[in-house]
Amino acid sequence: MKTIYLDNNATTQVAQEVMEEMLPYFREYYGNPSSAHTFGGQVGKKIRAAREKVALLLGADPEEIIFTSCGSESDNAAIRSVLELKPEKRHIITSRVEHPAIKSLCEHLAAQGYRVTEIPVDSEGHLDMSRYEESLTPDTAIVTIMWGNNETGVIFPVEQAAALAREKGVLFHSDAVQAAGKIPINMKESNIDMLSLSGHKLHASKGVGVIYVRKGVKFTPFIIGGHQEMGRRGGTENTAGIIGLGKACELAVKKLEEENTRVKSLRDKLEAEILHRVPNTRVNGGKSERLPNTTNISFEFIEGEAILLQMDELGICASSGSACTSGSLQPSHVLRAMGVPFTMAHGSIRFSLSVYNTEEEIDFIVEELPPIIQKLRSFSPYWEKGKGVCATR
Amino acid sequence: MWEYTDKVKEHFLNPKNVGVVEDAQGVAEVGSMACGDALKLSFKTDDAGKITDARFQTFGCASAIASSSALTEMIKGKTIEEAEKISNQDIADYLGGLPKEKMHCSVLGQQALEKAIANYRGEKIQEKEGEIVCECFGITDREIEKAVRENNLSTVEEVTNYTKAGGGCENCHDAIRGIIADVRAEEKPVSRPQLSNIRKMKMIDETIENEIRPSLKKDGGNIELVDVIGNRVLVKLQGSCAMCKASQQTLKNFVEAKLKEMVWPELVVEEVTQ
Repeated sequence: MKTIYLDNNATTQVAQEVMEEMLPYFREYYGNPSSAHTFGGQVGKKIRAAREKVALLLGADPEEIIFTSCGSESDNAAIRSVLELKPEKRHIITSRVEHPAIKSLCEHLAAQGYRVTEIPVDSEGHLDMSRYEESLTPDTAIVTIMWGNNETGVIFPVEQAAALAREKGVLFHSDAVQAAGKIPINMKESNIDMLSLSGHKLHASKGVGVIYVRKGVKFTPFIIGGHQEMGRRGGTENTAGIIGLGKACELAVKKLEEENTRVKSLRDKLEAEILHRVPNTRVNGGKSERLPNTTNISFEFIEGEAILLQMDELGICASSGSACTSGSLQPSHVLRAMGVPFTMAHGSIRFSLSVYNTEEEIDFIVEELPPIIQKLRSFSPYWEKGKGVCATR
Repeated sequence: MWEYTDKVKEHFLNPKNVGVVEDAQGVAEVGSMACGDALKLSFKTDDAGKITDARFQTFGCASAIASSSALTEMIKGKTIEEAEKISNQDIADYLGGLPKEKMHCSVLGQQALEKAIANYRGEKIQEKEGEIVCECFGITDREIEKAVRENNLSTVEEVTNYTKAGGGCENCHDAIRGIIADVRAEEKPVSRPQLSNIRKMKMIDETIENEIRPSLKKDGGNIELVDVIGNRVLVKLQGSCAMCKASQQTLKNFVEAKLKEMVWPELVVEEVTQ
């Protein structure tokens, strides 16, 4: 059975070009970049080149790039560095719809005594900017607000938010794990101070990430060790991973346009066809500015995990914000923050595309999904009762 | 991804007996959309009281659909008296087991069966027996007691897996601990040797130290043993417990229940404030 992969916000395939770039650094050039000999030193040069390529994607200077092991490490390192360097400030601002890497970290910090303000969103996923502005205080150490939402693809006005933070002298961090490579980023013309990136979301390998730290912003390492990354992140470099990430960023620059034209039109087609063919559906955050590859569709009166497993039988990979999928008993915190009704939230499916998806794949899903929905609805006690009527307690 | 047995997958992908029985004699609906799963069960019997047809409609995940399908297969051909004996564990066993986080799906099936049989017999069913403990999912003390007793549960997490209670805001965790302690206490043998006063005090102190304090500390609270006078145990609540509105409940349902279970069934806990 052919796999149709539309779960690229979870992880992506390593690009062929990226893998070819990585392979020699496992068996041939396995030296340690910190070594004094040429054998190791040549790897150091490749890492420098990779740093330049990452900087190019972000419109940053190479010295502003620190390699880490993943997006979550980048998030932790950025926020904890700021808090450590500003111990007198005890307030953090974030949004209600962050990725667990930020959400759990903020909850952890709240338990340690930090005051955390979560900025709410409206039903379309828009950030409450006036609430945000009011929340900035002299006690605020850092703002951390994601760029593009991993579940709905909704893009936050991070530039505007960062400018407001700068006016008040507050540092601004953004989790750009989903945004990087999908929408243009130019740190030269930005007010954002710190940014997190993850390799495996843009066709590099798992186990490599990036923190961008603006020149002049003080930084103290999260992982204390050797002098790697100019003393900002201890630990021997994931050489192959970093070199692969450099290549992936180079490809992302080239493919940014394709993401926003061909991939976007495939996403739009998938969305429009499903909405047209299946009644009682809605796109969560559909009226907002969104990442070009993501759509989050709710199918009323049925449950997401059941849809996923039916699609799985056909080789279609997607994900769901339903409670059953996550292992918790509540549906996605993102959809709840947007006030998506329970009748819709439990039946939400996220499709996230990449440049490797084809029109044939979209056509296949558009043909195969409606009967699945119809079948599951035929099992549901709520379906026959009439549309829009929900029997809650 | 959940690891489902082949039997669960089979009953999910090709469920048996979907729909509503015409001229049904027993009908029930349990669960709700807000909870994430709901099941409507209907059946009818022949003159001898044997179930001849059973059908279901389910809103829920794969294991909820599979549990419903399994339930209808299990009760068909059985008399009401035989069907009545089916427990949630029987449904899970029929499916070759369910992931522990999904056991509530089998509980849903058992609840629907119980309610449909009551409906068949014309018994008046109280919508909800007992008092709601878990506000998030509308689960009562009776439902929790039943799950604890029938499945031999001993932690809040297990209760959540089986009943969903405690899976939302977590405010009811103390109350659930209390219910677990009550059920455990009633299972202990009733006859106990007499305790000397010194031994009693020592056991109370140990129980507070090992069984009670760690739980309270988890929520930022603490407890101090002030004195023991006969069967009266005088304690002082500290930390977040002292300010907590539910502290009286914690005292009775958890602290007292635990002491009764571990030390002496006639102990009464009183709070000292000063």
